[in-house]
Amino acid sequence: MGRRILFRLLGLGLAAALSALLPACSPRESAVEHGNRLKILHRGIGPDLADLDPHLATGPGDHSALSALFEGLITEDPKDLSPAPGVAERWQVSDDGLTYTFFLRGNARWSNGDPVTAEDFLASWKRVLSPTLQADNASLLFPVQGAEAYHRGKTGNFHEVGFVAPDSRTVRITLERPTPYFLNLLQHWVWWPVPIAVLEKYGSIESRSNRWARPGTLVGNGPFTLKEWRAGQRIVVEKSKTYWDAANVQLNAIHFHTIDDVNAEERAFRAGQLHITEALPLAKIDSYRTNAPDVLRIDPYLGTYFYRINVSVPFLNSVAVRRALSLAIDRVALGRSLLHGGQMPSGTFTPPGTGDYAPPAGITSNPDAARALMAEAGFPGGKNAPPIEILYNNSENHRVIAEAIQEMWRRELGIDARLHTMENKSVLNARSAGNYQILRSGWIGDYNDPMSFLAIWRSDSGNNYTHWANAAYDRLLYEATRTPDAAARLQILQRAEEMLLSESPLIPLYHYTHVFLIQPSVQGWYPTLLDHHPYKHVRLIDTPAQ
Amino acid sequence: MFRFFASRLLQSALALLIIITATFFMLRFVPGGPFTAEKAVTPEILRNLEAHYGLDQPLWKQYADYLGSLLRGDFGPSFKYPNRTVNEILGDKLPVSLELGSLSLALALLMGIPLGIIAATRRNSWIDYCASTFGMTGLSVPTFVVAPLLVLALSIHMGWFNASGWYSPEDRVLPSLVLGFAYAAPISRLTRGGMLEILSQDFIRTARAKGASELRIIFKHCLRGGLLPVVSYLGPAIAGILTGSFVIETIFQIPGLGREFVNSAFNRDYTLVLGTVILYAALIMMLNLAADVAQAWMNPKVRLAR
Repeated sequence: MGRRILFRLLGLGLAAALSALLPACSPRESAVEHGNRLKILHRGIGPDLADLDPHLATGPGDHSALSALFEGLITEDPKDLSPAPGVAERWQVSDDGLTYTFFLRGNARWSNGDPVTAEDFLASWKRVLSPTLQADNASLLFPVQGAEAYHRGKTGNFHEVGFVAPDSRTVRITLERPTPYFLNLLQHWVWWPVPIAVLEKYGSIESRSNRWARPGTLVGNGPFTLKEWRAGQRIVVEKSKTYWDAANVQLNAIHFHTIDDVNAEERAFRAGQLHITEALPLAKIDSYRTNAPDVLRIDPYLGTYFYRINVSVPFLNSVAVRRALSLAIDRVALGRSLLHGGQMPSGTFTPPGTGDYAPPAGITSNPDAARALMAEAGFPGGKNAPPIEILYNNSENHRVIAEAIQEMWRRELGIDARLHTMENKSVLNARSAGNYQILRSGWIGDYNDPMSFLAIWRSDSGNNYTHWANAAYDRLLYEATRTPDAAARLQILQRAEEMLLSESPLIPLYHYTHVFLIQPSVQGWYPTLLDHHPYKHVRLIDTPAQ
Repeated sequence: MFRFFASRLLQSALALLIIITATFFMLRFVPGGPFTAEKAVTPEILRNLEAHYGLDQPLWKQYADYLGSLLRGDFGPSFKYPNRTVNEILGDKLPVSLELGSLSLALALLMGIPLGIIAATRRNSWIDYCASTFGMTGLSVPTFVVAPLLVLALSIHMGWFNASGWYSPEDRVLPSLVLGFAYAAPISRLTRGGMLEILSQDFIRTARAKGASELRIIFKHCLRGGLLPVVSYLGPAIAGILTGSFVIETIFQIPGLGREFVNSAFNRDYTLVLGTVILYAALIMMLNLAADVAQAWMNPKVRLAR
C-alpha cells in the first residue's frame, strides 16, 4: 500500500515538473510571420559587436547594424553601391580631382532633433584622427591632405588637415593626391559623423572608454534609432522620426540577432525566427540547393581566400618554386568537391568586378609547367626539396582545403607538405613574427576599388607579412594614384597585379561569396559586393514563412 | 566549528591567490594579445592602445595594479568591449547562467532522485532497468546531440519553442531540459547506489520488523543516508551547472557566462578571462565547503573539525 502511494506521489511530482515546463504547446505565429505583418525585419549578423561607436567598429559585420543608426555624407545605391546622396544632397569635384565640396541638406537631423552640421563632420574626423582614440580604420582618412601627419602626431594643428567648413552646411575636403575611389571610401563607417555634443556629456570625446554608444544615450543620424542592445542576443532599432528621408523608410524596426554559431543560426531560420541569416554552413549548401532553393542565396563578395608564402624562407625564396606551387593547384576541383560550389575558384587576388576593374588572366592549373619550373629551380620531381609547412587556424574548412593542396603538391611536384594548425590568435601572432612558411589567409576589401586589395602587397604595407618587396610594384601603385584618367589607372593596376601573380608571394585560391538564407518576403535585398544593404530600400511583404 | 570555517576560508583565499597569479601570468605567455587582429593596425595605434590599458608597464607592475584593483572589487575594463567593464559583463551574464543552472538543477533533482529511489526499491525489476537505461543514456549521449534533436522535433517541426534565444519563459524550457537531463543521469545512478547500500543495512530490517511502512522507511530512515553520494557530487556539479555550459549556451545562443568563459580566452581579453576564472574558482570553493557542511549534517560519521 505504502509503496503504491509512494509511486503515485513520485509520478505526480514528475508530471507536475514537466507540465510546468511545457506551457502553450501549440504552433504559434513565428517571428518572421509577425515581422512580415508589422514590418519588422529579423536579421542574423554573426557575433556580437564590440561597440556601437562607428569610429571604433572593426569588423566588416559591424556595418550591418551601424548602417541603420548612422549616415555619412553620401550613401549607397541599393543595387550597385554607387554613391547616392546622404547627408549631403549634392557634391562637386574640382577638375584636378583634389577638392571635394559637399552641400549638406537642411533637414538632416540627429535622433535628438539637433541639426547635423558641417561642424559635426569636422569634429568627428578630428576624433578619428586623434592619436588617443586609436581608431583601427583611421588610415582610411589618409588620402586627405595632412591627415596622416596629424594622426602620427607630426602636427598637433588640425587646421593643417584638408577639412574645411565654410559654413554650417558646406564641407570642403582637400586631398593629398587625386583618389578616384574617394567617394567609395566615404561610404566606410569610419567617415560617419558622431554627435560630438552628446559625447562630451559622457567623458572625453577622444577616449575609447567614452560610454555614449549605449541604449538610452546613443544618438545617431541614420534611418533608425537604437532601442535595445542585449549583449550576446540582439540589437533592436526602430524607425527614426527625425531622419530626413523617413517617409521612404519602409521598415518599422529591425532586430539584429547576434548569433555566433552558424548551425544555431540555421536552426533559428528554420524555426521561423530569422528573415536573413549571416551565413550557412558549407555542408548544408547541397541540401538547400535540392530541397529549398528559393531561400538559398549565393552572392558575390569582395574577399579572397589565399595562401601567403614567406619569401624569406630558403626554398620558398625561389620565384620558380612559388610559381610551381601555385600552378600545381587544381582550383576548379577544389571548388567543385570541397566548397560545394559556394565559392568562386580563382587565380587572381582582386575579385572581378571590383570597381570596374578587370583582373589580369589569373593562374590556372598547369601541372606540366609547374614540374618544369621545379626542374628549373633544381628540384626535378621534388628531388632534394625540403618539406614545407602549411599553417592554418583551427577550422574544418581550412583543414579540408589544406589536405587537398597537400595531396596535389605531393602528386604533381613530389613535395612533402606538412599541415600545422593553431588557434586563431596564435596564428596571427606567428604571422606578425614571420614565423611561418605558408599561411592560410583571407582578405576582405574595405571599399570597392582594386587598391583595397593591391595596396596590401606594397613593401611598406602593414598587412604584407610575406617579406616580399618589389620596388617596381610599389612604383606602379604610386603611378596609379597619380593617374587621373580612370581607365589608364585601372590598366596600371592590372599590370601591377600581373607582376604580383608572376612573383607569387601569395597563392590565390578562391573569391569569397556570401552564402546565406533569406525569406521570400524580404524585398529589395540585392546582391552587392560588400554585403551592404541600405535599409531604407528594404521592404517586407506579408507571406507565410518558408 | 569556527576553527573549521576559519581554516577553510584561509585555505580558499590562498588557493584563489594562486589561481589568480597562475592565470595572470599564463595568459601573458600565450601567443597573441588582445589587439592582435586580422587587419594590421599602425604601430602608433598599437602603442597607444597598450598605453591606454597599461600593457606597456612591466609585468610585475601590471600584476600588482590588478591585485590592487581586485581588492577594491574592480575587475578592470574589458579589452574586447571598449565601453564595458568586466564587472558589468559578469553582472550581465552571471544571472543568466544562474537562472539556467537553477532550472536545470531543479529538473535534474526532480528527475534523478525519484528515479534512483524507484530503481533501488524495485531492484532488478523492469522499472530498475528503465531507470538504468535512462541513466546510461544520459551519461553517454552528449548534450550536443540531444539538444539539436530536441530543437529539430519541438522547434522546427512542431513549432512549439524558439530554436534559440533567451527572451520569453518558453525559451527556458529546452535548454533546461537538456542540461537537466545530462545531470539527472548521474544523480539517479548515485541515488540508486546510495539507497541500495542503506536498504541492505540492519537498521532497515529492524524498522521493517517493527512494522514501519515502506514510505516511512524510505523517507525517514533511508533517504538521509542514501543521498550522501549525491550531496558530495552536487558540490562541484552545482558550480559547473551555475557558471554556465559552453555547449548549451552556444547551441541555444544563451547570453550566459559559459560562452564568455571560452570566448574571452580566444579573444585574449585578459581581464575578462581573469574575471570569469576568479568567479568560477570562488564558486567551486564555496560550494565544496557547503557540500562538506551538508555531508556532516547528514552523516554523523563525518566531523567538520578535520
